[in-house]
Amino acid sequence: MSFSKPVSSPDARDDGFPHAGSNVSLRERAYRIRRHALRMGEVQGQGYIAQALGIADVLAVSYFHALRYRPDDVRWEGRDRFLLSIGHYAIALYAALIEAGILPESEIETYGADESRLPMSGMAAYTPGMEITGGSLGHGVGIAVGMALGLKRKTSDAFVYTLFSDGELNEGSIWEGVMGAAHWRLDNLIGIVDVNDQQADGPSSAMSSREPLHERFRAFGWHTQRVDGNDIDAVAAAFDAARAAKVAAPRIVICDTRMAKGVPFLETRERNHFLRVEPEEWQQAIDLLDASFSGKAP
Amino acid sequence: MSTAPTQAAKPRLTTSAMIASIAAPGQRTAPAPFGNALVELAKTRPEIVGLTADLAKYTDLHIFAKACPERFYQMGMAEQLLMSAAAGLAREGALPFVTTYAVFAARRAYDFICMAIAEERLNVKIVCALPGLTSGYGPSHQATEDIAIFRGMPNLTIVDPADAHEIAQATPAIAAHDGPVYMRLLRGNVPLILDEYGYTFELGTAKTIRTGNDVLVISTGLATMRALQAAEMLEADRIGVEVLHAATIKPLDLATILAAAGKSGRLVVVAENHTVVGGLGEAVAAGMLRAGIAPRFRQIGLPDAFLAAGALPTLHDRYGISAEAMARQIRAWL
Repeated sequence: MSFSKPVSSPDARDDGFPHAGSNVSLRERAYRIRRHALRMGEVQGQGYIAQALGIADVLAVSYFHALRYRPDDVRWEGRDRFLLSIGHYAIALYAALIEAGILPESEIETYGADESRLPMSGMAAYTPGMEITGGSLGHGVGIAVGMALGLKRKTSDAFVYTLFSDGELNEGSIWEGVMGAAHWRLDNLIGIVDVNDQQADGPSSAMSSREPLHERFRAFGWHTQRVDGNDIDAVAAAFDAARAAKVAAPRIVICDTRMAKGVPFLETRERNHFLRVEPEEWQQAIDLLDASFSGKAP
Repeated sequence: MSTAPTQAAKPRLTTSAMIASIAAPGQRTAPAPFGNALVELAKTRPEIVGLTADLAKYTDLHIFAKACPERFYQMGMAEQLLMSAAAGLAREGALPFVTTYAVFAARRAYDFICMAIAEERLNVKIVCALPGLTSGYGPSHQATEDIAIFRGMPNLTIVDPADAHEIAQATPAIAAHDGPVYMRLLRGNVPLILDEYGYTFELGTAKTIRTGNDVLVISTGLATMRALQAAEMLEADRIGVEVLHAATIKPLDLATILAAAGKSGRLVVVAENHTVVGGLGEAVAAGMLRAGIAPRFRQIGLPDAFLAAGALPTLHDRYGISAEAMARQIRAWL
């Protein structure tokens, strides 16, 4: 079964799937998200571009396969909530929101500028479609617990997705939230952990005990899956399974991703948590990405 | 019980624990004014929910939990989750009242209150027991600097009620305010005093409780109760003490405070159940200086130190916030 084909149902748009019926594949969405992110990175000449390239496939699945939302009404009550706990991944989420039609592509050139709606670290008050202010790491799971409880109070069938990272697992508050979500049996909460083994001072695995992550979440009472986060079909299947699972428990999709995925010379750059990229390298990166997508040599 | 004859006449003062009342023997009290007010309010405000971190019983939230069990969330001993979950519930339209001890809110959960609640101006009411020096357990439970910590947080309204009468009125008032609030809580059997003065609470307004020509005491929280008692003592010495109660510490009603402080000739004293660093005293001092008002000025408050464990009457007297200690200090300054 392949999920690379878009969902098509004649009335799906009314149910909050605005791109249902589109003939753009998830693979192309991911490519375009990466391209938007690279163009934003070029504006500043530096940034969390490796994380954006790494998480692009997960975001493509989120915004073009899993989430219900209305691009012209970001506060629509029936929407699935998508929380970006890792505020510095904002460049990636902006790219997805642009591709989703929530933000105009023309704002790419304002990324990180004064008065821009696209600050370097994501904040709810600045950007349509940004549900929470992230960046002080370790907040996304706890807030998701509260929102999931709040949705249950309203007998809403919406899901809360919350994206956090392996580095963020260092924060004790994540585990308070993990225990709380299991205690309240929040089957409307879907956690996504981006495991890319990089954080500010180096590899996450060299900084704090992380594994076995799958077993840990399972032991904490979560419905647990671990997938290659750069395998679009696998991510889509995992999200589908997370939503469909008939267990009264929160769900986690642990996504192993490759930093800077899709731009080989950045993938292999050591310590790529915060990349400084030479001016001429941005176009090289975009050319490589274009070539990889089209299957032609650059 | 038998004790040595020489000690028999002395009352035995025990360590004032978490459930200790600050009421003096024989003082009129009302039980659990916050918990009862919240239950009453919840009858007409279905969006109200209550959350705590293993301290419902010690913050009077157990009354709400019993009355509205489906609206009560026990989050366990996890203050970071407590605050971020409250933020999430507020995002989904609930009106969370969150309780814990002031030390844990101010010290342990600060980032979560700041970024998940205050930065987004979410409608969360944080109500904390054991403010200032109201526990004999020592620094782990004595939130002597909570106001100093929270005053620097934008968007946050800070309220320090003086007694049960005021807590009962402040609870619906902070619910009616759209935005995050930190309220210091006196719990259990809470003294009743302001009803005798015909006082009504208004968020953001400082009010004159009694008048006097020699000293102006600007006070908040339980220090107002003590200041009123001290004023009675000083009255006997023909010292006239005005008490201006500023229950809302932020935003501070500087207009009322400056008008009172600007009346020439009176010693101005700020009294608070809080360290002299960063609380009401320094807020008033800065406000006066900015306005060019420079009366003789003194502070009654807790010292800039980690305080001792013990019995509250002993500690309040030692650190200067008992009525007798306040009267002593004011006499010495005149």
